Amino acid sequence: MANIMIRQGEKGLTFYLPKRDLEASIESIEFDSPEKWGGELKLDNGGSYYIDPIAKPPRLPISLRAKRLGAAED
Amino acid sequence: MTTLSREETEALIAEVLEVYPEKAKKDRAKHLAANDTSIEQSKKCITSNRKSLPGVMTIRGCAYAGSKGVVWGPIKDMIHISHGPVGCGQYSRAGRRNYYVGTTGIDTFGTMNFTSDFQEKDIVFGGDKKLTKLIEEVEQLFPLHNGISVQSECPIGLIGDDIESVSKKSSVVIGKPVIPVRCEGFRGVSQSLGHHIANDAIRDWVLDKRDGQAFESTPYDVAIIGDYNIGGDAWATRILLEEMGLRVVAQWSGDGTLAEMMNTPKVKLNLLHCYRSMNYISRHMEEKYGIPYMEYNFFGPTKIIESLRKIAGFFDDSVKEKTEAMIARYQPMMDAIIAKYKPRLQGKKVMLYVGGLRPRHVIGAYEDLGMEVIGTGYEFAHNDDYDRTIKEMGDATLLYDDVTGFELEEFVKRLKPDMVGSGIKEKYIFQKMGIPLRQMHSWDYSGPYHGYDGFAIFARDMDIALSNPTFKNLTPPWKKVDAEEVKKAA
Ligand code: SF4
Repeated sequence: MANIMIRQGEKGLTFYLPKRDLEASIESIEFDSPEKWGGELKLDNGGSYYIDPIAKPPRLPISLRAKRLGAAED
Repeated sequence: MTTLSREETEALIAEVLEVYPEKAKKDRAKHLAANDTSIEQSKKCITSNRKSLPGVMTIRGCAYAGSKGVVWGPIKDMIHISHGPVGCGQYSRAGRRNYYVGTTGIDTFGTMNFTSDFQEKDIVFGGDKKLTKLIEEVEQLFPLHNGISVQSECPIGLIGDDIESVSKKSSVVIGKPVIPVRCEGFRGVSQSLGHHIANDAIRDWVLDKRDGQAFESTPYDVAIIGDYNIGGDAWATRILLEEMGLRVVAQWSGDGTLAEMMNTPKVKLNLLHCYRSMNYISRHMEEKYGIPYMEYNFFGPTKIIESLRKIAGFFDDSVKEKTEAMIARYQPMMDAIIAKYKPRLQGKKVMLYVGGLRPRHVIGAYEDLGMEVIGTGYEFAHNDDYDRTIKEMGDATLLYDDVTGFELEEFVKRLKPDMVGSGIKEKYIFQKMGIPLRQMHSWDYSGPYHGYDGFAIFARDMDIALSNPTFKNLTPPWKKVDAEEVKKAA
């Protein structure tokens, strides 16, 4: 589990992992409705992470705990 | 020298790497690339933020340099104690040209060096007592300081001193903030982690100290983040923002104060210049206080105008009108500068190798003068910096990350730029090779280079360097082959 931050970027959602200073854009998010938001995040750098689905946050950025799915990416 | 094609650039890289042993070659190859403007993600062509190879000359600094030297050091009304042996602080003292107003030694302390001067016995028995005593002495000798930061050097982490508890206790005794910063030099691969640690220390010990307190705000409050006022840069920036009708509440951290930092959560917009060293705190403020941040670039009229309009876009029409009026007012001045210098500088080629933001930010300023940047690289950038760089640079230009002394020299020999922009460590190497060099860290004792006024100085300085007659006289007379003589002999 790692702390991550999701932010509204100019072109869409961006993903930030402070521990490794890794910034990437989010290509897809599994659930994106007002009641259920989160699930699997696919990043443009090939990595994917999982966040427990929550109600859609009213404001971004938001810091969350995420699990890494698959192998580590650069 | 004409611009290289992609194959030629790649061949050049391969040729320069030839001298390394197999393993080193493989490692360094990842850090050198020909720019590919078609890709979005830099990690496909260049690797960054990795440990430097042992045995090569790197130009990087340490985490302590990133925290004490860059982020904390310029906060002028605080005393920054270099906690540990004397050298780290003394040899880096006052070298960065962060200008400030105030009386040094009375109410401002920017260029002074405070250190606990560790000796053998402090390493053996611990330095906590010494730190406590030092803080008391500082309070007695410099009563007008507004706070202390304890910047750890390597030994502190190695012997496991508890600077946090000393700081807490001393803070109560002197009634001012004492902030421990765990920026021991061995942390991370470069000064970059030091920036992060320093940002986190500000977040934990400074930022929320005035939350809930009354503050007379206006809808036009902004903060300048990540401008270290090198040669007065932040001032040249500030006057533009003020002319737009904005109120600059805080300057981080060039010519800044502790109180300004504490007031920053009250602003409406954070203006982020050096993304690399202060994106951390901007992200934090965006999440916690809902303050958006915006990256801007105040080098050269094209980028200035672009940035000014983008900043104005966050505010109402009165700001937009003032911005347009200001842009119009400065335009004749810019036109005059370009008319004067462009014919002299047109087509000249530059190679850059600097730190946090300049390898990409100054490209626009060179282009405004008709010059071309044919190679650029960062000492301690991360992938997100290169993401931002690939779009600024021409296709197939050379990119080098954490370049070694050898590689940079070879690249310059081969690409033969008219000028190199780098630091003091490179300056005399290249000048002896006959290539003018401007220091792009300290502006070569000149500056400011930000803003409209800065561009005037920038253009003049580049012209001074390039037109310097010295470089025509590098061959001593006895080595000059006279055309006449040759003919006679033949
Ligand atoms: S690496 Fe350690 S000893 Fe060297 S300058 Fe940095 S803090 Fe000082």
